[in-house]
Amino acid sequence: MSHDPETSTQTSPYEDLYGGGDAAHWAFGTGFEDPLAGLGAGEAAAVPEGVSPRDLATYSLMLADDALVMSHRLSQWCSNAPELEDDVALANIALDLLGQARLLLTRASAADPAVVPTLPEGSPVPAEDALAYFRGDQDFLNVRLVEGEDADFAEAVVRLLVFATWRLALLSRLRDSSDPVLAAVASKGVKELTYHRDYAGRWFVTLAQGTEGSRARLLAALDRLWPMRPELTKGHAVESRLAQCGVGVDPTTVGDEVDDVLGQVFAAADVARPDAAGLAGVQGRTGRDGLHTEAFGRMLAEMQVVARAHPTGRW
Amino acid sequence: MTTTVDEAQLLEDFEHTVAQHDRIEPRDWMPERYRKTLVRQIAQHAHSEIIGMQPEGNWITRAPSLRRKAILLAKVQDEAGHGLYLYSATETLGVSRDELTQMLLEGRQKYSSIFNYPTLSYADVGTIGWLVDGAAICNQVPLCRTSYGPYGRAMIRICKEESFHQRQGYELLMTMMRGTDEQRAMVQESVDRFWWPSLMMFGPPDDQSPNTAQSMAWGIKRDTNDDLRQKFVDMSVPQAEALGVTLPDPELAWNADRGHYDFGSPDWEEFAQVVGGNGPCNAQRIAHRRRAHDEGAWVREAAMAFAAKQVDA
Amino acid sequence: MTGVKGEWPLYEVFVRGKRGLNHVHVGSLHAADDEMAVRHARDVYTRRNEGVSIWVVRADAITASSPDEKDPLFAPSGDKVYRHPTFYDIPEDVPHL
Repeated sequence: MSHDPETSTQTSPYEDLYGGGDAAHWAFGTGFEDPLAGLGAGEAAAVPEGVSPRDLATYSLMLADDALVMSHRLSQWCSNAPELEDDVALANIALDLLGQARLLLTRASAADPAVVPTLPEGSPVPAEDALAYFRGDQDFLNVRLVEGEDADFAEAVVRLLVFATWRLALLSRLRDSSDPVLAAVASKGVKELTYHRDYAGRWFVTLAQGTEGSRARLLAALDRLWPMRPELTKGHAVESRLAQCGVGVDPTTVGDEVDDVLGQVFAAADVARPDAAGLAGVQGRTGRDGLHTEAFGRMLAEMQVVARAHPTGRW
Repeated sequence: MTTTVDEAQLLEDFEHTVAQHDRIEPRDWMPERYRKTLVRQIAQHAHSEIIGMQPEGNWITRAPSLRRKAILLAKVQDEAGHGLYLYSATETLGVSRDELTQMLLEGRQKYSSIFNYPTLSYADVGTIGWLVDGAAICNQVPLCRTSYGPYGRAMIRICKEESFHQRQGYELLMTMMRGTDEQRAMVQESVDRFWWPSLMMFGPPDDQSPNTAQSMAWGIKRDTNDDLRQKFVDMSVPQAEALGVTLPDPELAWNADRGHYDFGSPDWEEFAQVVGGNGPCNAQRIAHRRRAHDEGAWVREAAMAFAAKQVDA
Repeated sequence: MTGVKGEWPLYEVFVRGKRGLNHVHVGSLHAADDEMAVRHARDVYTRRNEGVSIWVVRADAITASSPDEKDPLFAPSGDKVYRHPTFYDIPEDVPHL
């Protein structure tokens, strides 16, 4: 049986099997517009003047890893959500964040190829995958908030609310980055995160005001996660340097906005802001320094197991 | 229940509509057996989509590239959507999603047995796309023209997405076949495991399928099990050749007289075992669904309680 | 926990695919309230197409007239879109009704 995509008709369900047709929008959720479409190849790789390539790569990895790990944890909800509609919603959010992570990993590798792990001669693994699958856990630069496995839906809601509120504050400022790639990624991300924050915020209020049981679960989740909040706006030397040259955003400058937005949600939910101290680091090192939780090591082991078994494999 | 129109007249109208290949819509009168058969068939299809999220979802956290992870996550998400559309179609027949879920969890309604097989390597994600979705498409495309309107409309949307899934699965296998020897072996091993269960997806042979004739007369079913199975084999053989894998059937051969491939018989004893609840993953799949449903109960209740308070406020 | 008391009501979803077109019925979903229904509609029915306009309405709030549809259970106009479950015996013995 031959199959010629040129002659297949609309009525054939197999028309797409061997290619042809622009069907990419069926595969990748909402992220089917290429945010870098307006940029030339040179622009997508160039490092703005006065910026250390290693700093730019490191900063891109920080933002990429936050999104990648958060996406991974959200994807674990697939087939486990409270209702089918929320299975779909959580997968949408995970897909959005995965899309952001991929663009940022690619940005990191273009800014400074030296950050990409070395693979065996002739390996076809692209840079984004080398970074995601072949770095050790201490090379990841994400904050610790995103690392834990959600104990229940309340924890997913609280984690997402805090995360999306913080990341939206960062990315809305990053739209003005002098690096056109980061600016474009931020532009796309702002639309997505606005929705993520809305989803989490509404569920936060719903669970807080729903039943006694749901309120208890929500408050417990908030107590467990709140110690991770200070780390988000602590700031790292790389973030500070990139902010000074107009490429990045200094997280210490978004703390007030984050607290203000969360305060509005807490007020609507009639929930008091927790009073917990921030989670300590180890010799001052936290997520941005490659210091992570035990849960993260296990998560990464699972995520990387197939890729690492086939370092010269094609997928 | 009040009857305002003569039942014989209603039956005649119904049969006329079906014979004209026109659609039956939710408020139409329909024979009770038609309604029950539809509920059973659509529910089984919906349950298959929902249970079918598990074997592929099993690999989301281990997808070996970010592109594949995005594709797989989007696909499993589509399956949730398909289940949702189909449950909605069943609701137009007067059965709620919650009732259907209970019947699934209590084993009173079935889902496709293929999902009671385990996924043991990443190649299985591709094989499920190519063979399992391929077989599903053979079954489902005719249903876009099924006599019941809401079912047909759901199927049109579903088939569009399924054909894309099949292409993605095949493309994954093609890519792996261009990779390492280990990857090629992984693809072959996966095809060896899934070929026969895929053929079983079309159901028992026609002479053992008692409901087929009535379902075809009602336009709920449009081809027999054996016809669809033959079509699937004819379609898959050249695809396997293009891929460079062997289908695990020594009897597989082109028959010029028939203009079709001859092929061996699946192990119907194993099929009976799996349908009967003794497949490798039956208990696991239902336990997973039950856990997700039970653990979500407090969330669903909280949302209802919150909504009620908003109305009162 | 059987979840019946937590079952969210059914909503019908109408989408305007682009400017200049009517809203068209695209399907149904479950949600606890109108706000949630809009969000779910966006996720389920427009996740690959941003920027469309969505209407949602509770299925039991729609009044229907379908003289063409041969239904002996109802008056010819002014009734529900779907047959209500309680008009039927469920295919098998289903608890919680």
